[in-house]
Amino acid sequence: MPKDSGIGAPTKRREDVRFLTGKGRYTDDLNRPGQAYVHFLRSDVAHGRITKLDTSAAEGMPGVLKVFTAADFAAVGGVPCGWLVTDRFGQPMKEPKHPVLAEGKVRHVGDPVAAVVAETLAQARDAAEAIELDIEELPAVVDMRLALDTESALVHDDAGTNLCFDWGFIEDNAAAVDAAIKAAPHVVTLDLVNNRLVPNAMEPRAALGEYDAADDQHTLYTTSQNPHVIRLLMGAFVLGIPEQRLRVVAPDVGGGFGSKIYHYAEEAFVTFAAKALGRPVKWTCTRSEAFISDAHGRDHVTKIELALDNDGRFLALRTDTLANMGAYLSTFAPCIPTYLHGTLMAGNYATPLIYVRVRAVFTNTVAVDAYRGAGRPEATYQIERVIDKAARELGIDPVEIRRRNFIKPDQFPYQTPVAVLYDTGNYHDLMDVMERISDRAGFPARRKESEARGKLRGFGVAAYIEACGIAPSSLVGALGARAGLYESATVRVNPTGGVSVFTGSHSHGQGHETTFAQVVSDMLGIDAAQVDIVHGDTARVPFGMGTYGSRSLAVGGSAIVKSVEKIVAKAKKIAAHLMEASPTDIEFKDGRFSVAGTDKSVAWTDVTLAAYVPHKYPIEELEPGLEETSFYDPANFTYPAGAYACEVEVDPETGKVDVLAFAAADDFGNVVNPTIVEGQVHGGLAQGIGQALLEACAYDETGQIRSGSYMDYAMPRADDLPSYKVDNSCVTPCTHNPLGVKGCGEAGAIGSPPTFVNAVLDALNSGGHEVAHIDMPLSPSRVWAAINGGNA
Amino acid sequence: MPKVSLKVNGRAVSRDVEGRTLLVELLRDGLGLTGTHVGCDTSQCGACVVHVDGVALKSCTVFASDIDGAEVRTIEGMANPDGSLGVIQAAFQDNHGLQCGFCTPGMVMSAAALLTENPNPSEAEIRAYLEGNICRCTGYHNIVKSIQAAAAQMSARPVAAE
Amino acid sequence: MYAFEFVKPATIAEAVKALADEDAQALGGGQTLIPTLKQRLASPSALVSLNGIADLKGVAVEGRELRIGGGTTHATVAREARTYPALAALAGHIGDPAVRNRGTIGGSLANNDPSADYPAAALASGATIVTNAREIAADDYFQGMFTTALEPGEIITAVRFPIPQKANYQKFAQPASRFALVGVFVAKFADGVRVAVTGASESGVFRWSEAEAALGGNFSADAVKGLKADADGMIGDLHGTPEYRAHLIGVLTARAVAAAA
Repeated sequence: MPKDSGIGAPTKRREDVRFLTGKGRYTDDLNRPGQAYVHFLRSDVAHGRITKLDTSAAEGMPGVLKVFTAADFAAVGGVPCGWLVTDRFGQPMKEPKHPVLAEGKVRHVGDPVAAVVAETLAQARDAAEAIELDIEELPAVVDMRLALDTESALVHDDAGTNLCFDWGFIEDNAAAVDAAIKAAPHVVTLDLVNNRLVPNAMEPRAALGEYDAADDQHTLYTTSQNPHVIRLLMGAFVLGIPEQRLRVVAPDVGGGFGSKIYHYAEEAFVTFAAKALGRPVKWTCTRSEAFISDAHGRDHVTKIELALDNDGRFLALRTDTLANMGAYLSTFAPCIPTYLHGTLMAGNYATPLIYVRVRAVFTNTVAVDAYRGAGRPEATYQIERVIDKAARELGIDPVEIRRRNFIKPDQFPYQTPVAVLYDTGNYHDLMDVMERISDRAGFPARRKESEARGKLRGFGVAAYIEACGIAPSSLVGALGARAGLYESATVRVNPTGGVSVFTGSHSHGQGHETTFAQVVSDMLGIDAAQVDIVHGDTARVPFGMGTYGSRSLAVGGSAIVKSVEKIVAKAKKIAAHLMEASPTDIEFKDGRFSVAGTDKSVAWTDVTLAAYVPHKYPIEELEPGLEETSFYDPANFTYPAGAYACEVEVDPETGKVDVLAFAAADDFGNVVNPTIVEGQVHGGLAQGIGQALLEACAYDETGQIRSGSYMDYAMPRADDLPSYKVDNSCVTPCTHNPLGVKGCGEAGAIGSPPTFVNAVLDALNSGGHEVAHIDMPLSPSRVWAAINGGNA
Repeated sequence: MPKVSLKVNGRAVSRDVEGRTLLVELLRDGLGLTGTHVGCDTSQCGACVVHVDGVALKSCTVFASDIDGAEVRTIEGMANPDGSLGVIQAAFQDNHGLQCGFCTPGMVMSAAALLTENPNPSEAEIRAYLEGNICRCTGYHNIVKSIQAAAAQMSARPVAAE
Repeated sequence: MYAFEFVKPATIAEAVKALADEDAQALGGGQTLIPTLKQRLASPSALVSLNGIADLKGVAVEGRELRIGGGTTHATVAREARTYPALAALAGHIGDPAVRNRGTIGGSLANNDPSADYPAAALASGATIVTNAREIAADDYFQGMFTTALEPGEIITAVRFPIPQKANYQKFAQPASRFALVGVFVAKFADGVRVAVTGASESGVFRWSEAEAALGGNFSADAVKGLKADADGMIGDLHGTPEYRAHLIGVLTARAVAAAA
């Protein structure tokens, strides 16, 4: 095995060279001959009826090719939702149409009303100002808590309600959970908000549509985490283009964090307009536009109740959540607060009875969908916050109360009361590692030192589990998914021995080109430099479901493994023929095929050449060529878990919180590239700490966004964050995929928010401030207000 | 349209531009140097940082006409003459200081400016200097490590030790 | 942004002439103006860049004053204003390094953003704003947020800062923009103490006269202990209520006094 590039090696990333020299190719870097530009005229009110839309003056402006409105899209479909949730009463969710351009009504600030295509972007913008648009403003539905009042305005009149669905999980358990809570000696209750976030991948979205009339071929270049899914959704549901006529290319993608999973109206627009105008049409989002057009994340309002016995053992858990859908259902939106949230409410604990209720609500805000972690951070936050509150109320050490309730190593596989089956894990070991690397024992001395400087120091802990490696198709199909969640891989061995791997996963920063090559190199015993990874192009890769839900290695990597196994099996037959031996006697090791018990062997390249130059070849039994395709559909989710610790210092005079240290002990199963895995944890931690300390997407009561740029939306900067202590030494390999891997992309963002908040509350309570809870983000003004019982 | 003449990565270039043409637009659209990125419109993210006459500027917040005659260095000009990665670039690869790569050109240009001003910065100084460069992927940990590694390597060079 | 003519004069006189057109606008470092133009919130017919005028640049000690050219960048002030360390430190924390390499003191004072740092320094120092036409005392110059005594077309050619015995600037950054949520500049002169507050008030930068009075006789943090700024008229936004900002004024003033050097 090549030691510097096989499984487990901290191989340097090959993609870095192009990124570091300015040779990355992101969508906005592409330009096509004859390209025109589109500017979208977007609603500046949250809710209203379009009473006048006159584009005639704009049409006559210099450089304008055409101004499009909803009328141009009368014959095409709406932007579809990929998941159907059935409510507590067996009824399907409300699924209002999401038009490409607003039809009759605008439903959020940023809702596109018209689109101007012109020779230059400046001309398109100039002409957009000449569009006569009158909107009769209607009362905006902004606060989810008020949206369900009968007198509330309706986001979608034909839905008759702002309630998308009222979901119970598991409905049959509701009565037993209620009885257990009523009978319990202790019930700890917490009301909390999981703050709305804007994903803010650093590369703004972009889309470039092109049409070749000669052979009726559409091409869409787009900033996507899953080009095949875009092809399916846009081709089949919006524009009616068969797959073989539609190529979707996602070149280098500058981060996504969920926000580039979904099919967006702008993608359909440029594809449609390119054909309509016979010109390539390009759109590049500005950051300000991103704040009002990218799907947002989180935005839950929850009440959670935890019932405990006198020893602090969990008896039952019940949560009731309002989940914001925004104005339209984004691709995965209904699934996030339900199946990616309710199924995780057991956390790492053997709580016997759990009931989750979620009401999804339409509001006049941007659509809300998956953002790094997607449902699982919301679940973890509730559980780990209420446990911390319980520990304080019952006077039990926060680490001890968790240990007392953990699922024990000998209980795996563990069936939770919320449908999922955890295959493996060891939460006690993770806690041990966390306590060690965070030097928990040394904390009291450090706290004294802070107190001497007039500062309050706090130590917070949390545990998390996530379900990723998304997902078994039959299971998610039963739960309402309108797609399968397998992954495909084609491994093509070329005549001279080099390998091209075509994967349906698509890196947007995760380093697949390096990691996947390590796997293949390891299995074939050839240098990783001989293995190329091809992704992000529906014309090259057979099929794919893309990259999200920490699934790429666990699902996409498994598909690659299956294909490589098929390659090896076939190659052994060819080798057997070359050496006139039985295929069952062929051993394959370090890139050589040998006959067991003899000194006969042939090299990898002898076999690959024979596959394509089949002069001496078992042609009666075997086709020439060496290329295999596999689809891997996982048997179960994977269940990474971890224990985190955060140490903070609070300035009681100003409320400012400094993050002094963060320790993360994670169990990701087997690790292919430890450096990349650590990097994923770092990034997740920063986003989770960002949510808890800094970030908030706020709307005013009229539906205007109050944090619509980096002037008001606080992105985590280098000086907001510490260096992290990360440990991946606890390994319980996944039991059901060939690599034994679990996925690491979301972990940091899931475990860190409650850890941080618990630390701040530990600090405040140490200073004699009895503060039970502060909603995120724990900005200086909020912390100061909590200390002083005043107004933030 | 007025003409702007610059020396970009050592090469003299001249282009007709509008008054409103930003330096980043000239680089990306006029010169095809797409390594310099635009990540925001409020001059905060730093994906567009380049060097103009030796100092780091946000190329999205400078008009091309306003720097007529200047020497500009972009990420495309940071590699060694033989095409291999320069010290800072190599340190970013060695220390996994990038993930999606979008903020990376600006990070490298800011890191280079920092190490010119302060060849041996502390962790806190590095973090403070990166105030105007936002990364959403790395959590900054490995960016800081990369810059520390580059500083150590540059100060170990004989030419710097003289 | 809208189209405009770009003009880059080499002298102040040429600039004044170019700015005589009422739709012409001066361009300093542009670090605030250019984002504003991108949003199409302004549509000047011409932008008159002041960046080619050598006479507007430089930091010099003139007697007991520090004279800074209006076109001097924050980075230059941070590096060269050694005789006024509190001012140099303030300049070294405006924006970020790339912004400091371009943004100018004249541009900042002409814009008078209610959260900008320089207005606090100018007002607390009792600086003189020198224009192509006249000299304006800081006390007369700042006239509410984004409003100054400048006439249309008037250019800040220099700012003269009297150098205090002791001074310090405490900035509490707004977490997103990193502008001052509240910033307090305290300057102790032989004839009294001046305290200027930025970021907090709906009327822009202002002098906190109660604190000045308290510190006049006793320049110590104790002297302002318990002194509360009035929350009335303070800014309330996502990042803090008027009460919070008023509270921070007290905290930062005490810290500035304690740190003054």
